[in-house]
Amino acid sequence: MDALVQILFFVVLLILGYFWGRYFEKRHYKSILRREKKTLNIPIVNFGAKQSLIDVQEAALFAGSVVISIDYFKMISAAFRNLVGGRVTVYESLLDRGRREALLRMKEDAIKWGANQILNVRLETATIGGSSGNNSGPGSIEVIAYGTGVK
Amino acid sequence: MNNKKEKNVILTTLEGVPGQTIMEHYGLVQGSTIRAKHIGKDIMASFKNIVGGELKGYTELLQESRKEALERMVEQATELGANAVVNIRFSTSSVAQGVAELFAYGTAVKVES
Repeated sequence: MDALVQILFFVVLLILGYFWGRYFEKRHYKSILRREKKTLNIPIVNFGAKQSLIDVQEAALFAGSVVISIDYFKMISAAFRNLVGGRVTVYESLLDRGRREALLRMKEDAIKWGANQILNVRLETATIGGSSGNNSGPGSIEVIAYGTGVK
Repeated sequence: MNNKKEKNVILTTLEGVPGQTIMEHYGLVQGSTIRAKHIGKDIMASFKNIVGGELKGYTELLQESRKEALERMVEQATELGANAVVNIRFSTSSVAQGVAELFAYGTAVKVES
């Protein structure tokens, strides 16, 4: 009886994770695409060490950060993928979403300040373990995107 | 990012400050914060782990610690007499289970236009 309850609980979590996770991801991607289009006019440029600096009035540091987690269904499917190896596509979308969201937040912050270009952008990613209790790999990632806005 | 305390110190990820020349060089300055997971936020986060998506509590925590690390770095730079920090980088590392460090470092310089 106890085992049955546990299995039922597991299945419910799986179904909940699958549907809600998909719904949230779709919504998130929609918002990312919309905001990316809106901020397209501000270029992000990386400079080499020998390049002379461009002539601008003001420069300031901007950063955007996000902590994003994977849903239960994907966590289990990634665990299965771990058995056979290969590309873990479910994690790819998580990292993609995180990085784009962090970049967008940085960009929006810089635009609010009045930047017309963002220079030398760097990305920093770290994993912050799964939910407390279970130790099933990285459950969530944190991304920091930072760069210099100029105007 | 530009609050009152940091207003006189220019922060960039570039080799120098655009439109100004570097007059003096003070070497590396750094600031770091170590933060642990918050119990209350952790419970919320574990619920959120079922459906996925952004963990708002943790994002705020990350933002706060980023600001704190930058502030400590700026403090060190102003003590040296610098008015800008160039080539800033962030770095993260996990110290122990559920404890993470956020580290900011850069080069303190004095610039003049």
